[in-house]
Amino acid sequence: MKQLLKNKNSRTNMITYLVVIVAYLIMQTLNSMDMLGSSVRGYLVPLCVYISLAVSLNLLVGICGELSLGHAGFMGIGAFSGIVIASLLKGTVQSDTLRLIAAMIAGGAMAGVMGFLIGIPVLRLRGDYLAIVTLAFGEIMKNIVGNTYVGVDDTGFHFAISPTKMRLGEGGKYFINGPLGATGVEKLANFTMGFLLVMVTLFVVLNLINSKEGRAIRAVRDNRIAAESVGINVTAFRMKAFVVSAFLAGMAGALFGLNYSAITATKFNFNTSINILVFVVLGGMGNILGSVISATVLYILPEAMRGLEDFRMILYAVVLILVMLFTWSPKFKEATAVFTGKIKGIFRPGKEAGNNE
Amino acid sequence: MKKFVALLLAALMAVSLFAGCGASGDEGTTPQTEATGSASGDEGTTPQSESTDSANAGSEAPALKIGMTGPLTGSTSEYGLAVRGGMEIAVEEINAMGGLQIEFRAEDDEADGSDKAVSAYNTLKDWGMQIFAGAVTTGSSLAIAAETVNDQIFMLTPSASAADVAMTGPNIYQMCFTDPNQGASAAELMAQEWPEAVIGVIYDSSDAYSSGIADGFLSKAEELGLNVAVDDAAFTADNKADLSTQVTQCKDAGCDMVFLPFYYTEAAQVLTYADTIGYQPTFFGCDGMDGILNVEGFDTSLAEGLVLMTPFDANATDEATVSFVTKFKENNDGKIPNQFAADGYDVIYALYDACVAAGIDGNTPAEEACQLLQEQFATLTIDGLTGKGMTWDENGMIAKDPAAVVVTDGVYVPLG
Amino acid sequence: MQVLQYLINGISIGAVYAIIALGYTMVYGIAKMLNFAHGDVIMVGAYISFCVTNYLGLPAIVSVIAAMGVCTILGIIIEKLAYKPLRGTSSLAVLITAIGVSYFLQNAAQLIWSSSPKNFTSIVTMDPIALFDGRLIITGEVLVTVLISALVMVGLTLFTGKTKTGKAMRAVSEDRDAAQLMGINVNQTISTTFAIGSALAAIAGVLLCSTVPTLMPTTGSMPGIRAFTAAVLGGIGSIPGAMLGGILLGIIETLSKAYLSTQFSDAIVFSVLIIILLVKPAGLLGKQVQEKV
Repeated sequence: MKQLLKNKNSRTNMITYLVVIVAYLIMQTLNSMDMLGSSVRGYLVPLCVYISLAVSLNLLVGICGELSLGHAGFMGIGAFSGIVIASLLKGTVQSDTLRLIAAMIAGGAMAGVMGFLIGIPVLRLRGDYLAIVTLAFGEIMKNIVGNTYVGVDDTGFHFAISPTKMRLGEGGKYFINGPLGATGVEKLANFTMGFLLVMVTLFVVLNLINSKEGRAIRAVRDNRIAAESVGINVTAFRMKAFVVSAFLAGMAGALFGLNYSAITATKFNFNTSINILVFVVLGGMGNILGSVISATVLYILPEAMRGLEDFRMILYAVVLILVMLFTWSPKFKEATAVFTGKIKGIFRPGKEAGNNE
Repeated sequence: MKKFVALLLAALMAVSLFAGCGASGDEGTTPQTEATGSASGDEGTTPQSESTDSANAGSEAPALKIGMTGPLTGSTSEYGLAVRGGMEIAVEEINAMGGLQIEFRAEDDEADGSDKAVSAYNTLKDWGMQIFAGAVTTGSSLAIAAETVNDQIFMLTPSASAADVAMTGPNIYQMCFTDPNQGASAAELMAQEWPEAVIGVIYDSSDAYSSGIADGFLSKAEELGLNVAVDDAAFTADNKADLSTQVTQCKDAGCDMVFLPFYYTEAAQVLTYADTIGYQPTFFGCDGMDGILNVEGFDTSLAEGLVLMTPFDANATDEATVSFVTKFKENNDGKIPNQFAADGYDVIYALYDACVAAGIDGNTPAEEACQLLQEQFATLTIDGLTGKGMTWDENGMIAKDPAAVVVTDGVYVPLG
Repeated sequence: MQVLQYLINGISIGAVYAIIALGYTMVYGIAKMLNFAHGDVIMVGAYISFCVTNYLGLPAIVSVIAAMGVCTILGIIIEKLAYKPLRGTSSLAVLITAIGVSYFLQNAAQLIWSSSPKNFTSIVTMDPIALFDGRLIITGEVLVTVLISALVMVGLTLFTGKTKTGKAMRAVSEDRDAAQLMGINVNQTISTTFAIGSALAAIAGVLLCSTVPTLMPTTGSMPGIRAFTAAVLGGIGSIPGAMLGGILLGIIETLSKAYLSTQFSDAIVFSVLIIILLVKPAGLLGKQVQEKV
């Protein structure tokens, strides 16, 4: 244990886990004491979902250095496949928790498979070209799901891509009803599952980062040619990160989908992808705890600003710009470096306040 | 690590706002005036503050809390703001009458249909909402509907028209036509008035409202044996910048009747392009088309001969409509209300009538109000801006006459 | 004949994408940032033009100049306040700030001009040309848009190739540090780029709304993303590439709607984009950069 704590990486990881666990315990205690309002209770699950999404996207953007603008697409695939699986298992699997877990794994698997399939051609591209292709993928996904009809009736399972070709018999049930999306979804998600999702995501991502492969991935990010020259199989590592990231996003999507009684494909659009990216960039590239915190703050912020009514979103935009300037601008950085350096100096006398990021 | 300083600042800001809202929430009626003050400050007097004052002045029951969610920002905010505007007028009028007082609060759901919608609704619940008069869009309504069933809060949506909304639970009612019904009525009307027409249908396949009507129309048209030449000229919210292809498709197929089941924003685009290429079929729209004549900068002569099924006409000369339109214009910088605003207005009055009849006031718990209102709505008949003698069936869907009008000299003239 | 009509429809929307894409590509090529607020500057330009013609009753050409002026100033302000402080840091940070600016402009527009749509009166007064007994119709907007985008493309190419400022821009684009060493004022050059890009956005806004008359606070966002796609398709940073990409995207979009599927045209367009990028990873006219070891 002592050995473990000496290692800076493990220490940061421990802190990350601790923060999440403590936050969960506090919220859960408050919840059980019935001290949370409906709105705060309502945030808990989506917040966990967005944290997972931010962490999994950070693996791609921060650690691998690949800009992806289609993370919501994977989330959407996870959400819809999760909903279909959860509905199909109704009756055969009694336990709601088991059904939820099955749905999440299925959602993750579907998204992972999609990630693999598009990864094969797409990962040949780099930088902004990769960004546009992931954007394109997200739009394709939204367009297809938004025009897909999946349902079941007495005669069996039905699938169509046009409303007129899809006529379910009496008592039939739509799982996905074109632009209406999935309706009448049974709400299986809960906060504990959200917490577990965050923990699993953190575990997978942190382990991947700190493994031998993680170092290889970072080497690829920092200097691809050098990494190649020392025999690192660049494509294989990029692919692995891409699929893992998609899988985790799919799981998060499934949890998200099963937290609401209705969901449409338009939710998983470019704007959602961008929002997740904002969480990542603001929290710091490659900084996992940063993603957790910035996702929390930025998700709550517009909700907390509801009192401002019509001026809410414009102020959110202003806050977003200001926070970006404060965190990234070299001038402000210098100022804060001096400040934090002094604080660090108090706690760790004799050590230089170094920048480890 | 340094970034946290800034993040911490943002977090502190969020928390302080959060705490601010929470704290004032406990004081009951105060947040109302605060919240709407900033928004409606420039719209003249706020009905809410009046209601609060009068409610606090007497020792009678506190005001009845009605909440609404809709898109108040973003690309569909047009509709949410219209509904809110209509509702505010109704609340203003009711509170001026004395008697039962209403406290009204609108929250932004960004037409999101999942987390944002539910959290807007939860905010209203924390505020102490007794009756829910939303949501504006179908997606958000579907997400919220199941919540209201759970919480046993009565829901009367002004404009969410998918049949699935009302079917979610016994406590959910609709003020507008349901999509399949509207599509079917349109087909029936065409079969009656233009049995020979060659019909083309353009619709928004990414929108539940539009594709719902198109679907209802197409299945009814098939049943009635209408000649539908183009049935798949769809567009999506992402590619509606170009609707010329769909219009060209209808033109090439020789359609002399084009059915446009979508909102006037896109319809204005279709009419303009058709005019440019000299294509002059009869265009046929739905209730979402209402408002096209009032689009700023739109040449109303392009809409000449347009047939649409709308429950509301802002140019009607009856007293109720005239007074509503005048007030709406006063409150909204001279904007002319559309069918959304009128639906919102009717929703508040329907709820008011039912509450008065059932003896519901600010002290009635939401669950009890929900039960009482369900009983009331089974027998309730309402005369409103969007129809006379409106009643609801056991599913919560409205029965009112679909009125078809034709645009003649820039105003609506009843068809036939 | 039908095909020709669809082609013309495609070119019509494509030329609009092209002119937006020119602004994107120029800013990207020189400042190396994805300016996601570009679409919203377009929207502002269209609103200014609308206000000048409808409220002040001035002729269309004056409204275009006014829009260009306002957008240029707006572009410079945005650059100074939101982008310049982040110069030299991660390009992603600037991307996020640009998104913040985009939210800001949309919401500000909603507060100023309300969310009700306005119907933009086309600035082109030319009657459509009907060929083959009206079976083929070419609207004035198509001709004007194509002409202006071609002019802008040629103008930009000449400007970056011949003038001193233009050459400075190319130098900055090539190697920022080396340019600085050569005595080029990098900050000044990038600011100029934004000014030109924003003026172009104003023209694009007017042309977009002349073709697609609906004007709302969110008018610029979807065409903005399409144009970004077009710029990448043509090879981002390449001026003729943006033009080619825009027109091509418009044609693919229209033809897929006309002959394949209207419902799935978005999916088809983006699939074509992916396929093209797989064959030509730097876009159609993009430079394939050799990585240095």
